[in-house]
This record gives sequence, structure tokens and C-alpha cells, in this order.
Amino acid sequence: MSELTEIVLQIDGQEVKATAGMTVLQAAQQAGITIPTLCHHEKLEAFGGCRLCMVEVEVRGWKNYVVSCLYPVAKDIIVRTRSEKVDKIRKVLVEELMAHAPDAPELVKLAEEYGADRDRFERDASFCIVCGLCVRYCNEVKQKNAVGFIDNGARREISFIPEVAKEECWGCQECFAICPTSYAQAAYLLTEALAFPGQRKAPIHAIKPPEPVRRVIPIMPIAATT
Amino acid sequence: MPKLQSAAELEKFRAEILASRDPAKPCIAVCAGAACDGMDSAAVAAAFVAEGGKLGDKIEVRTTGCHGYCEKGPNVVVTPGDICYFEVQPGDVPEIMAATLKGEVVERLVYQDPNTGAKAVHMHEVPFYKHQTRLLIGDNPKIDPMRIDDYLAVGGYAALVKALSEMSPVQVLDEVKKANLRGRGGGGFPAGSKWETTRNAPEKTKYVIVNGHEGESAAFMDRAMLTGNPHKVLEGLIIGAYAIGAQKGFMYTRHDMPLLTKHVRNALAQAKEYGLLGKNILGSGFDFECELHFDVGIFVSGESSALMRSIEGNPPEPRPKYIRTSVSGIWDKPSNLNNVETWANVPQIITRGADWFTSIGSEKSKGTKLISLSGNVVNSGVVEVPMGTPLRTLVFDIGGGVRDGKTLKAIHFGGAMGGSIPADLIDAPLDFDGMSKLGAPIGAGGLLLMDEDTDMVEVARYLMDFLVNESCGKCAPCREGMPQMLHILTNLTKGEGKPGDLERLEDLAEVTGLASLCALGKTSADPLKSMFRYFKPDYESRIAGGSAGK
Repeated sequence: MSELTEIVLQIDGQEVKATAGMTVLQAAQQAGITIPTLCHHEKLEAFGGCRLCMVEVEVRGWKNYVVSCLYPVAKDIIVRTRSEKVDKIRKVLVEELMAHAPDAPELVKLAEEYGADRDRFERDASFCIVCGLCVRYCNEVKQKNAVGFIDNGARREISFIPEVAKEECWGCQECFAICPTSYAQAAYLLTEALAFPGQRKAPIHAIKPPEPVRRVIPIMPIAATT
Repeated sequence: MPKLQSAAELEKFRAEILASRDPAKPCIAVCAGAACDGMDSAAVAAAFVAEGGKLGDKIEVRTTGCHGYCEKGPNVVVTPGDICYFEVQPGDVPEIMAATLKGEVVERLVYQDPNTGAKAVHMHEVPFYKHQTRLLIGDNPKIDPMRIDDYLAVGGYAALVKALSEMSPVQVLDEVKKANLRGRGGGGFPAGSKWETTRNAPEKTKYVIVNGHEGESAAFMDRAMLTGNPHKVLEGLIIGAYAIGAQKGFMYTRHDMPLLTKHVRNALAQAKEYGLLGKNILGSGFDFECELHFDVGIFVSGESSALMRSIEGNPPEPRPKYIRTSVSGIWDKPSNLNNVETWANVPQIITRGADWFTSIGSEKSKGTKLISLSGNVVNSGVVEVPMGTPLRTLVFDIGGGVRDGKTLKAIHFGGAMGGSIPADLIDAPLDFDGMSKLGAPIGAGGLLLMDEDTDMVEVARYLMDFLVNESCGKCAPCREGMPQMLHILTNLTKGEGKPGDLERLEDLAEVTGLASLCALGKTSADPLKSMFRYFKPDYESRIAGGSAGK
């Protein structure tokens, strides 16, 4: 076996070594360079949906804006993780997402970093920013498909499928913790309340019958002001 | 019909078809294109058939695809002589039949110039047709799209015969490259280079695809082409597959056009029956199958990577093309996609050669272009002109100018992802690069005329409203940016613009363009950008609070 092909590229003026097949985001993370992401999760296939990880890439003098979570590393490319344009893209994207979830901690932090105005665009308080982490986690890691996307365009939303959720979700709840806005949890509870109140199935591995008292559901800290 | 086993057999069969047809026998071609069909050309055709029945076998009646002059439908063309009758009603049929038998013309149904009153009887005299070069759509009146024999009678599949029996795949590829055929779907990317990439990709299994998913507002030329002459597109596809080394192809089109579906399905079945699809085509050793595939109803299905996801059986969500689909497309195999009109150009390039093809058009855009002409124009319809033709010819000579004697305000190209230019740029040539520079890229070829009364803010709002409903919603800038733009534009049209709205629109337009995943989002703000370039006062006046700004 030959060695993995080593590729040298430049990120923010720094020479970075990577291996063929890596993405720019992976190469940057390896070199300790931070690129913001919202829809990225190391256990999941790269999605390229939130577009926050966009960077400027220069290839043979041609500048382009690409999502670093999907763009493959290549020899001698020059990557800039911050520039006037990149920052503007991130600022406007955060402003757009804050129209839905103005107090989501991750968005609040990003808004500070990029000077985003949470009140700039017309509010549509759906609280979901459609990053798809819950949907993809349930599909790729848990392979349960208890939550999916419905509808398209601006009407796209996540929705728990009652028949599956009733069987699978109470014993899992792992998507609650990765949701940037706590909407996954809210959507689940709403589904439960509407479709199968009090009928949820206990975790399969439980030895004792389910406790009659409601368990405490882990909740993301709201407005973490540290 | 037994399978044609060789090129010689096909030519022999073609000779038999021609021998069985008397060119002097009158033929009445009734247009059944979308517009004429809407004006019940079916009743006209039925009347001709009934009347023809009474006369024995003296006159042939043929139902055809779109002739082009949609404004004056139902269209009827009588051969020999290409006598054009317009706005024909079932009641006119006996008179036309009687005149045709006597070799006469029904004067009251021929074209009459609205200004001078001068009449034009034959197709080549009618102003709408006179200024066109109808290489692709010109056969439509001569073909019943349900009959492969009609296509063979006008020389169909001769290019396939030539490619398979006289040329190697590389020679075919070189000819298309030399012809500098550029993709007609919107990008204008050289088709030959794309073919070459797919051909050279290491993976052995390769696919070729016809993108017949025309869904943009004011675009109806691919529909006219594919519905009216499906075999021409299929012939192009088979030749392309031979050059590229693909053994499987897909025709991807809309599920909601029954006539188109019927014609394409029938064309594929007939080609298979004749041995033009399947194993060992015409004894050449080349195998090729083609499958028909339908969309799931949203516009973004026509985006190449979304289309390929759809063929795989997945939701039509675009994916980033950092690796091109010509290298990794359907099921990660090299997949060459071209639109209907691009494929339709291939047979003539093979038959008549690249030198002939490059003699037509402008310096960097060769051949002809199909244009759908609509909006505030006198003559709406499907038009074909050489690339490089001045817009003035399209708008005035062919289109007959602006409706109701009004003044032209803007010319809009490319539908919801195109752009508007002001009337004073009317002498610009129809050219991929030139029009892009002006901010109104040709796109697929939808040309919309707007008169002096047009409210440009409302136009942008209307187009954005269309796209908002067609986005898949995967990426944030498209999903979030477009509704925000729509919201602001809607407020402006209601006279409720707020200070800061234009800056908000500019930021949204810029970021949606830069950050969206696929072409739908990337170009969604192009109409708006072109209007900020040429019609900004129309927008500014809305902020001031008034409802003026026309």
C-alpha cells in the first residue's frame, strides 16, 4: 500500500496539509482553523444546506465561493475563511435564520460575531431553521426515520411521523440535544400530544414497566449568556 | 414492420415510403400545438377528416405539432405551396377543401397585414415566417408526430445512418465540437466539451439524458419541438450516445402534458420496433436503450443534478457540482445531459457538417435559436432565428411590434431567472455572451415583451412569487432569501415600501446569488438585479411612498 496522497493547500495564509478526499472544512478543523457551521455533524454525511461554512477559494487566479463542508481539498488552492464577501454572506444568512429563531443560542453567538441584526427581516416565528440535523441523524445514525422533511421551498418543515415516533422516540431523544433551536423537541411533544397522548412506548431495554411520572426531558440551555 | 437490420435496409424503406407518396397530392396540415389545441384545433381537424372522407382519397389530412404562429391559431397549412390559413374554424373547412381541390386559395383566410391590408398567401411571404430560419421547427407542419414514417419521409434518421456506418464515435464527437454547438438549456456551455468529459470519464457505464423539463414562465419552445417532432430529438440522442459510449439514455419530461407524453412514448416504441433502439442498431454493433421518465411536479426538477436524483428515484434535490455530473451523475456514473433543442441540433450537424453549421449565427454563438415570443407582442408564437439576429428583427419584423400601438418599455429574457433590458437596447444581437453581459441572458429562450404600462416592481414580484413555490427548500439562502425578497417586493407594489427596503433587497439578491446551492437560487434575483441596473427609479419612487413609478 502506498501512502495516502498528501495535498498541500493554503488556508488563511497558512500552509495546511491534508489527504486526498478530505473536504476544506476537515482540513481547516485539523489545522485548528474555525469555520462556522449549523447543519454539519461529524457523524453525518455533509449536507451543504445552511451555507454558513462558505469560504472563498482561489483556483489558478479564479475566485469562487464554495461550501467548505463539501468542497474537496486540492493542490495549491488558496482558501480564505474570512473576507468581506464571506462575512456578508454569513451575516445575511444569520439575519434570515433569526427571522425564525431570534433567541437560538448558536444564532445569537453568530450574530455577535458577524454583526447580524436579528430584526432586519420579516419575522416568521417557526423556530425551526431547517438545518435537517434531526432528520438526517434519525435516518443515518439511528436508521429509524421517525422524523422527516415535508413540503418544499419556504414551506419545508420537519415533521415526526406519529406511527414511528410512538414506537421509537421516547427511548431515544438524541435529536433533541443536537437541535440548534430546541424545535425538534417541541415538534415531537406536539406530535405526541396530538397523535398518541399517553401511549408512548417505553425504551425497549427497560426492565421495569415505565414509570408513571413523566421523565425530565433534557432541554438545551436557553439564552446561554456565558 | 420487421426490424431494419442495416443502413441499406433503412434507405430502401425510406425510398418505398417516398414512392408511395404523391408529392402533388394536396395535404392539409392542421396544427395541434398547445395554443391551437387550446383554440380547439381538434374540431377543425375532425371537420377536415369528415369532409375528406366524402371526397374519397383525393386530399390527405394530417394533424401536426406546433407550426409556430400561435397568435393566429388554429393554423392550417396546405401543401403543395405551403398556403397558410389562419384562425380556421370548423365552418371554414368545406370551403378550404373545395378550393384546394380546384387548386385555388380561400382569400379571406390568408394573412392580411393589419396596416397595409396586403395579403400573403404562402408561408415564405407571411412576415411572421419570412424573417425566420426554421431549421429545427420547419419540419413540424410536414410531420404527424405519431408517425415515424413521416419523419423518415423528410430525411429523418439519415444522420444516424451516416454516423453509424461512416463515422467512428470520435469522428462524431469531433464534428460536434467543431460545430461549436452550445447548450440551449440556458448556460450556453459547449456541448462537445461536455460530451468529451463524459466519454473520457473512467467509469464504463455512461448515461445520456434529454432534459425536456421545460417549466419556466414564458418558455414553450422545447414543448413545441419535442411534442411536434420527437424523433428528431431522439435521433440526436442516439447519435450522442454513440459518440459518448453510452448504452442507456433517459428522456426526462413533465408528467402534466398529455400530448407530449403520448408522442414521446409512441416515438420510443416505434423506434424500438424499427430497430433504431435496442441491440445492434442497424447492424452496427451499437446497443442503445432509452427510458421515459417523468418529473414530480416542481420546477427545480429541471436542474441537472436534481433531475438525476429524480431519475434515481430520490426527491429532486440539487447537489453541489464540485464534481461535474458529466463525471459523476446518475448513480455516480458519468451522465451527459443536454436540453431538447441541443439534441435536436445534432442530426443536421452530422448530415450537413460542422462547416455548414458554423456558417450560421454569430461569432461565438452558432446555429439557430428557438425563441418563445410572448407578452405585449402582436404576434406571439414559437420563432427560430439565426444566433446574432438583432432583437429588433424578433420584436418588430417577426413579432409585429407592441400590441395596441403602445410603446416598448422592456424586453425580458429567460423567465424567472433571466433579466429585463430597456427598449433602447433593441439593436443588441441575440447572442449568449452579449445578452449575458447586458443582464438579460437568453436562458432557454423565453422572450417577453413589456409595454409602457408595465410596472417593473410587479414583474419582479410576479417572477419571485413563481420561484418561491418552486424551490426545494434544502439550502438556506434560497429557502429564506426568496420569501424575504418576495415580502419586500409585495410591500413595494402595495405602496408600503419602507426606508431600507432597497438595501435589504440588494443584500438579499447578492447573498442568494452567491450562496445558493443550485442555479435556481443563484439566479433567482437576476431579474431584480437587471431592474436595479436599468429601472431603479421605478423602485425608488415606491419607497418615497407614492404609488407612481410606472
